[in-house]
Amino acid sequence: MGSANKAGQFVWNRKHLLGLRELNVEEITYILDTAKGFEEISTRSVKKAPPLRGKVVVNLFFEDSTRTRNSFTLAASRLSADVIEFTEKGSSVGKGETLLDTARNLEAMGVDIVVIRHSAGGAPKLLSRNINACVVNAGDGYCEHPTQGLLDVYTIRKIKGSLKGLKIAIVGDISHSRVARSNMWAMTKLGAEVTFVGPPTLMPPQVNKLPVKVSYSLDNIIEKVDVINMLRIQFERLGGNPFPSVREYSHYFGLTVERMKRAKPDILVMHPGPINRGLEIESEVADGKNSVILQQVKNGLAVRMAVLFLVNQAAAQET
Amino acid sequence: MTEAYVMKVILNTGQIAQALRKMTDRIIADVPDGLDIAVIGIRSRGEILAQRLSHRLSEKLGKDVPCGTLDITLYRDDLNSPQYLTQPQVRTTEIGFDIDGKIIVLVDDVLNTGRSTRAALDALIDLGRPKAIKLAVLIDRAGREFPIQADYAGCKADVAPGQLVQVRLVESDGKDEVVVEQDAASNQKKTKRKSKK
Amino acid sequence: MANEILIKNGLVIDPANKVNRKCDLLIVDDKIAQVGRVEKAVQSVIDATGKLVVPGLIDIHVHFREPGDEEEETIASGSTAAVAAGFTSVVCMPNTNPPIENETDVEYIHRKGRQARKTHVYTMGAITKSREGVELAEMGFMAEAGAVGFTDDGNGVQDPAVMLRAMKYAAMFNVVIAQHCQDNSFAGTGVMNAGYFSTILGLPGIDSLAEEAMLWRDIQLVKKTNIRYHAQHISTAGSVALIRAAKKDSLPVTCEVTPHHLLFTEECCAEYDTNYKMNPPLRTKKDTDALKQAIADGLVDALVTDHAPHLQSEKELEFLSAPFGIISLECALGLYVKALIEPGILDWPDLIKLMTIGPAKVIGIDRGTLGKGKQADVTIIDPDATYTVDKNKFRSKSRNCPYQGWKLKAKIEKTIVGGELRFSL
Repeated sequence: MGSANKAGQFVWNRKHLLGLRELNVEEITYILDTAKGFEEISTRSVKKAPPLRGKVVVNLFFEDSTRTRNSFTLAASRLSADVIEFTEKGSSVGKGETLLDTARNLEAMGVDIVVIRHSAGGAPKLLSRNINACVVNAGDGYCEHPTQGLLDVYTIRKIKGSLKGLKIAIVGDISHSRVARSNMWAMTKLGAEVTFVGPPTLMPPQVNKLPVKVSYSLDNIIEKVDVINMLRIQFERLGGNPFPSVREYSHYFGLTVERMKRAKPDILVMHPGPINRGLEIESEVADGKNSVILQQVKNGLAVRMAVLFLVNQAAAQET
Repeated sequence: MTEAYVMKVILNTGQIAQALRKMTDRIIADVPDGLDIAVIGIRSRGEILAQRLSHRLSEKLGKDVPCGTLDITLYRDDLNSPQYLTQPQVRTTEIGFDIDGKIIVLVDDVLNTGRSTRAALDALIDLGRPKAIKLAVLIDRAGREFPIQADYAGCKADVAPGQLVQVRLVESDGKDEVVVEQDAASNQKKTKRKSKK
Repeated sequence: MANEILIKNGLVIDPANKVNRKCDLLIVDDKIAQVGRVEKAVQSVIDATGKLVVPGLIDIHVHFREPGDEEEETIASGSTAAVAAGFTSVVCMPNTNPPIENETDVEYIHRKGRQARKTHVYTMGAITKSREGVELAEMGFMAEAGAVGFTDDGNGVQDPAVMLRAMKYAAMFNVVIAQHCQDNSFAGTGVMNAGYFSTILGLPGIDSLAEEAMLWRDIQLVKKTNIRYHAQHISTAGSVALIRAAKKDSLPVTCEVTPHHLLFTEECCAEYDTNYKMNPPLRTKKDTDALKQAIADGLVDALVTDHAPHLQSEKELEFLSAPFGIISLECALGLYVKALIEPGILDWPDLIKLMTIGPAKVIGIDRGTLGKGKQADVTIIDPDATYTVDKNKFRSKSRNCPYQGWKLKAKIEKTIVGGELRFSL
């Protein structure tokens, strides 16, 4: 519900960030613009600013993730918030507390922002309906990973100026990828043309109804794209065996030095991390001059600071 | 801003230029030899005034007086209370030089409650350790809520608490002038939009 | 002294005997004595002017959770809910805890049903032990004890060899084999229909192939064994096509449809509300249209609710983990009116057929008829009365119902079971 206020100006009034599908262009741009203002904090000697001072941010991670969690912890700390880590592996069913019970407990403790990562799509939404605090989705099942989507478009925008008309390829296990979905929403809304690339066995049902093109051949599109986002093959998520071997997958869909020779010289190479070196991307490419992988991490911090700041602002509006 | 209210000009173009000239002279007179000064403006009109001031100082001193821009949004003390008109928008702080050991001339357009200055001081301290901070404002209003004083003020404005003082500058508004809203009936509406300067 | 009830002046709709006219109905003790103009002076007279008088409604697919999950529902609470909704006979599914897989289990259900003294309570037995799909359960003893059919409902029998063996064995007894068609290799860990919505909601999907593949397979087995086969809660256009072809070939295949598969599509899951999570899942408009057409073409034999009560705490889980199933017994007739009568797909006699003689024939019980000498199971309906669904007033123990607040037509006025008035509005 980011929308115009009485004076017709844009106002951010979403106290939850659950996904990018429901955001409009103005809202996405607003977050990116706000993130720009946060980049500077990480370059000073005192890397702190006070807007979340006295606020409690909880990292509620039901799935393993060091990098996203650390990124959020650092972002919250930079804004002077108090951070609580609440990590619990496995689903709630049959193992102690249900998600709602956990939510009610957190509420009783008095938290302001919950950053949640969960294996069930829709879990952050369920949480947001049952808790007063702000909810920020750090990844839910294969639904969305909004801060990743935002930092990806932020990175592209910072280097290329705008996403309008850019051709972007997202390569890998699309069917199980929340990064692919969040990317798709943000990038298409900002005017880019997105192509999902991967074997047919890793494409989600009715992918042709999504606002993207689909290609089963990396070789066919490598020359045409301005940005390429390589997704990690998540062995822990693959059901059955969607491709006969790692060898064959890399052969057809790996980003090799060879393929890079045919790509545009100023192509941006992205990856949400962690990288499976030699599997979806060759080391030389990951470390090469077109790679912006480390910039993604850096920008992730500014984007997450912006998100925490904005949802907190919206919550303050409510009172 | 609608022109439904009657505006009284309290400083015109010439008077603004003269105020800046006087400020430049006094700053130079106060700074001991050998010490570096730098000018930092508070977004957004303070930034424009800072640029003008740093140009004049550079000219007079014959050496480059650097200028930077400070965004104080993150340091405001009203972030967690509901906003009425505009939502605070985080913008960039751009200070391309080291502030350690320098005399920083902090520039803003209007000094009223003193809260913005307080926020700017906190922001500057997080950026480094200046030798001294001097506050230079174009308009000094009497609505202090914090014990803050301007070291250099272009003009003291005796304005009632509910009345809006607006600084317009060529670079942002097309013209240099400072106006005060005269309409007393719209005071009610305005007490809501406390410009927390 | 004979107990007599005279129902006067109602519109008697009895598809089993092709009756559809305004007349009286006389019940003596537990039997239908007369249908026609009755001038007799009788102690209990029910004035049914403006009402429909139909055979007691029959739901051949409900879950009453007893034994094992009595906090969700019991046979007592379930049949109380059913009789208030105009049902006089229900068939329980055997996926209780422990499952219904021998004659003592069957007798247990019957006894509980008798004790509750609401509707007639029948049960199906499991096809395989523990419903695991490996070894056959004691179908013989269960059939002798009165089980009206067999199903592993909740699961489909995965191994075709086991299914074939079950059908061959069942040929010894005059029973129907029912199947929850779900080939797990296509269903995977799915929680909603596999399609555009499952993709953008980030949830694993159940492909329609899961239902159709097993249904196709079973129909081939029916061709070989010629036993009575009943496809439970079909949900896809593909399944409709298979049923159509099977019936054209005069195979002994029947099928049933639930109200939610007529009223909702997969879009309803967009907010992750678990009141739209069931198995088989909500499909697409193409499928709901095909099901409605199948009903209009007379391909469907029974309407069922698949009443599946669950604890609130379980339905409150995230969509991925919440159990499948919703309840709708207590507004079932209104839902069918909304889905089928209002849009003109069926008229009242055809609807009543699908809720009385149709299901009775599937399971082979002598019910669903107002013939002279038959059991006096009678339901009186006010077809024009409207009401708003309030699940908090349900007699069921559970509340997992997506129809809250719906304005529906057709209220149950009275339900008579075996000549006893067991519900009165």
